[in-house]
Amino acid sequence: MIRISPTKILAGLALATALTAVSTALPAQAASLRMAWSQDATGLDPHKQTAFSSLRLLELIYEPLVRLDAELNVVPAIATSWEFAPDAKTLTFSLDPNAKFSNGAQVTSADVKASFERLLNEETAAAARSNFLSIESIDTPDDVTVTFHLTTADVPILVAMATINAAILPASEIAAGTVGTTALGSGPFKLDSWEPNAKEVLSPNADWAGGTVGVDGITISVLPDETAILASLRAGQTDFALLNDPLVATLVPMESNLVLNRVGQLSYNVLQLNPSRPPMNNLKVRQAMSCAIDRQAIIDAALAGEGKVTGPLTMPAFAQDPSSLFCYTQDLDKAKALMAEAGVDGFTAKVIAATGEPPVAASEAQVLQSQLAEIGIKLDIEMMELNVYVDTWLAGNFDMAVAQNGGRPDPYPMYNRYFTKEGNLVKVSNFTDDELDSLMKQGQAETDPAKRVEIFHSFESRLAELSPWLWLSTGYNYTAQLKTVSGFEPSPTGTLFGLTKVTVE
Amino acid sequence: MSYVVQRLLTFPLILLGVSILVFVSIRLVPGDAITAMLGTEAGLLTPAQRASLASYFGIDQPIWSQYLRWLSGLVQGDLGISSIYGKPVLTVILERFPLTLQLSLMAMVIALGIGVPLGVLAASRNERPSDLIVRVLAMLGQSTPSFVVGVLIIYVLSVWFGFVPAMGTFTPLLTDPLASIGQLIFPAITLGFAFAASVTRIARSSMLDVLSDDYVRTARAKGVTPRSVIWRHALPNALIPVVTLSGVEFGYLLGGAVIVEQIFALPGLGRLVLDAITQRDYALVQGTVLFIAFNFLVVNLLVDLAYVALDPRIRIGGR
Repeated sequence: MIRISPTKILAGLALATALTAVSTALPAQAASLRMAWSQDATGLDPHKQTAFSSLRLLELIYEPLVRLDAELNVVPAIATSWEFAPDAKTLTFSLDPNAKFSNGAQVTSADVKASFERLLNEETAAAARSNFLSIESIDTPDDVTVTFHLTTADVPILVAMATINAAILPASEIAAGTVGTTALGSGPFKLDSWEPNAKEVLSPNADWAGGTVGVDGITISVLPDETAILASLRAGQTDFALLNDPLVATLVPMESNLVLNRVGQLSYNVLQLNPSRPPMNNLKVRQAMSCAIDRQAIIDAALAGEGKVTGPLTMPAFAQDPSSLFCYTQDLDKAKALMAEAGVDGFTAKVIAATGEPPVAASEAQVLQSQLAEIGIKLDIEMMELNVYVDTWLAGNFDMAVAQNGGRPDPYPMYNRYFTKEGNLVKVSNFTDDELDSLMKQGQAETDPAKRVEIFHSFESRLAELSPWLWLSTGYNYTAQLKTVSGFEPSPTGTLFGLTKVTVE
Repeated sequence: MSYVVQRLLTFPLILLGVSILVFVSIRLVPGDAITAMLGTEAGLLTPAQRASLASYFGIDQPIWSQYLRWLSGLVQGDLGISSIYGKPVLTVILERFPLTLQLSLMAMVIALGIGVPLGVLAASRNERPSDLIVRVLAMLGQSTPSFVVGVLIIYVLSVWFGFVPAMGTFTPLLTDPLASIGQLIFPAITLGFAFAASVTRIARSSMLDVLSDDYVRTARAKGVTPRSVIWRHALPNALIPVVTLSGVEFGYLLGGAVIVEQIFALPGLGRLVLDAITQRDYALVQGTVLFIAFNFLVVNLLVDLAYVALDPRIRIGGR
C-alpha cells in the first residue's frame, strides 16, 4: 500500500483549489487573443501619444493615410495611391472610397484636412507637428482626393505620414473635442474598454476596409514584471506578449510550447556626449572615446549578445556596413594617441542612465565605464528614474548619457531634430556642423531614392567621424507567442498591425 | 469615549500635514505630467504647445495656488480628477481598495495562523531543537525579500505545475469568492511570509517573558495542565505585542503592497500609487497618500482600543 503523507495531501488539495479558482477566473475564449505587455498605453489621442505601448495600441484602432510594411516600404492604408509633383512641393493622395470609421461613416478628404489642421495647431500640442511644418495648405477637390501644398521640397514627409501620430480622425470628433476620450478610428479593431494599467479589450471593426481579421477580439493585460509574462505564457494563460528585456526574451526558445519572434529594431543604443562641455568639446577626445570602445563586447556583455553593431543609420535601406565608419574597430593605441594630441590626460565625467529604460541601460553604462577606463576616463554612473532622466536629458544637463533613442524609417526625421541648426533638440545634442546641415537639406529635397541613399551615406560617415555621440548597437523587437498562434508578421517599427492576420487554434 | 473623540479630532491636523508634505514633495521631483506623457519627445514642443499642455494638466499655476485649489476641493469631498484614468480620484481609489483590503486580511490571517503557533511552540520548547529550527526559519523568512519569494512562487507554479494565478485584473470576493481567494492566495502567501516570521519572533519572545511570570508559576503549582497554562493563561497576555505589531503592519499593508502587487500584476492601491508617481498624476498621488494615511490612523486607533479588550488592566485616556 502506498502511503501518502498528510503534508502532500494538503499541498495537493491547496493546488487543486487554486487551479479550480484560476480556471474559474479565466473563462475559455475561443478565437480571442489573450495578449500581455509590461507597460500600458498612456492615452488615446493618436496625435499626442508617443509612448511605445500607446502607439502599438492606437495602430490597431486608427489608421494613417499610408503605413509601412515589414520591409519599411510605404504601402496603402486610407490612401490607395499618392504622387509627388516633380518639384516635390505638392503631394496628392487618392483615398479608399470604402474606408470607414468604426461608426460606419465614410473617411473623406474633409477628415484628412481636419486631422492635419489639428496636428498643426499648436494648442493640440502634437509632438509630431515638427514633421509637418512644411505644409502650407491642404486642398480637397472631392471626397476622395487630398492635395498637400508644401512650402519646400519635402520628400520625407510621406514617411512621416506613415505613423499613427498622423492618424486620420473623424472631423466631427475633432469639432466636438472628444478625441482622446473616445477612440473612433478606421483601423482593424474597436476599443471596447480600457482600464488604464490593467487591461484593454478590443473587438474587430466590421467596417474596416482592409478586410476581416483572424481573431474574435484581443484582450490585453498589463503585467508589469516580464518574468510574470513569461510564466503566464509558459502556463498557456497568455497567447501573445510583447517583451522588452532581452534577458527574458532569450529564455523563450527554451520553452517547448512557445515561439519567439525577433526582428531588428530601428531604435539604437548610444552614448551621447555633451560637446558643449570640456573636454568633450574637443574633437580628438570624442574620437579617442569612439576608438576606445569595443561595441561588440558591449553587446555580448550587457545585451547577452542580443544586438548588432550599428552606425547612426539603423534603417536597412540606408545603413552602411558599420566597419566602414570611423574607428568602429577598437584601437586603444589610436585612442591614447588622440588623447595625447588633445593634450588631455584622462578626466572624470558623469554619465546618466535611466533605470530600466532600456532594461540593459545600467549594464551598458558599466561596460562603457570599464572600457573607457583604459584610456584614463573615469565615468561616474548616475542611474535615474525615467522621468527624472528625461527632465535632465531635455535640459542637456549631463556630461554623457546612455540612451536608447527611437529610430525612424527615414534619416531626415530621425536626425534633423538633433543635428541641424533648426533642430528642436539641438539643445540636447549641443552639436551642429555646416556640412551635416547641408547634407540634411539635400536629403530632404532629393526625390531620386538612389541619390538620397548616397547623400545620407555621406551624412552618416561624417557624423560618425565627428563623434558627437557614440552609436553602439541596435537590439530587437521581441514578441513571444504560444505555438497555437500563427500568422503574426513582426516589423522593425515594432507595430502590432501584423495581429490583423493572426489566428488562434 | 472622550478618548476616541480626542483622537478623531487630531485626524484633520495630521492629514493636513500629510497633504502639504506630499503636495510639495511630489512637485520637487524632476519631471512632470508632460514629460511623463511624451518622454524625450516633449523636447519637440514649442512654448505655446507646452503652455497648452500645462494648462490641461493644471500645472500652470504657482504651487501655493494649486494647493489652495486642491484643498478647497478636498474640503468639499472632491479629491480632483486623475489624469491617467480621467475619473474622480476617490472613485479610482475605491475601485482599487477592495483588492488591497482583501489581500492584507488574507496575508494577516496567514501570518498570524503560522506565526503565533510557531512562536508558542518555540517558546514552550525553549533552546530545544524544535525551537532552533523555528528561529532559523524565522530569520530566513525575515531576511528574504518579497520580490524573491514572489518570483520564486510564480516560477515554481508555472514550471512545475503549469499554471499561474490570474493576473492583470481582480475578481472581487462578492462576485466569485472561490476565484477571488484563488487569485490572491499566492500573493497573500508572499506577503504573509515575511510577516509570519516577525510574528513568530515576537510571539516567541513575548511568550518566554510571560512564561516566567509569577502567575504562570502559580498556575503550574496548582496542577494546571501544561497545555492549559500556555493556551489559556499565558497566551492572552503574550499576544499584546503581537497585536501592536499586527496593527502597525496592517496599516502598512493597507497602503498597498507595492512589490507584490507589481509582481503579480494586481490592480491594488500599491500599484496605483506607483503608477501615479511614475506618470506624475499629481491628483492621484495626493489622494491616494491621503487615503492611506487615513487608513493608518484608523487602524492605529483600533489597535489602541484592542488593548483594552485584551487586557482589562489597561485604561486608555489616563483613567
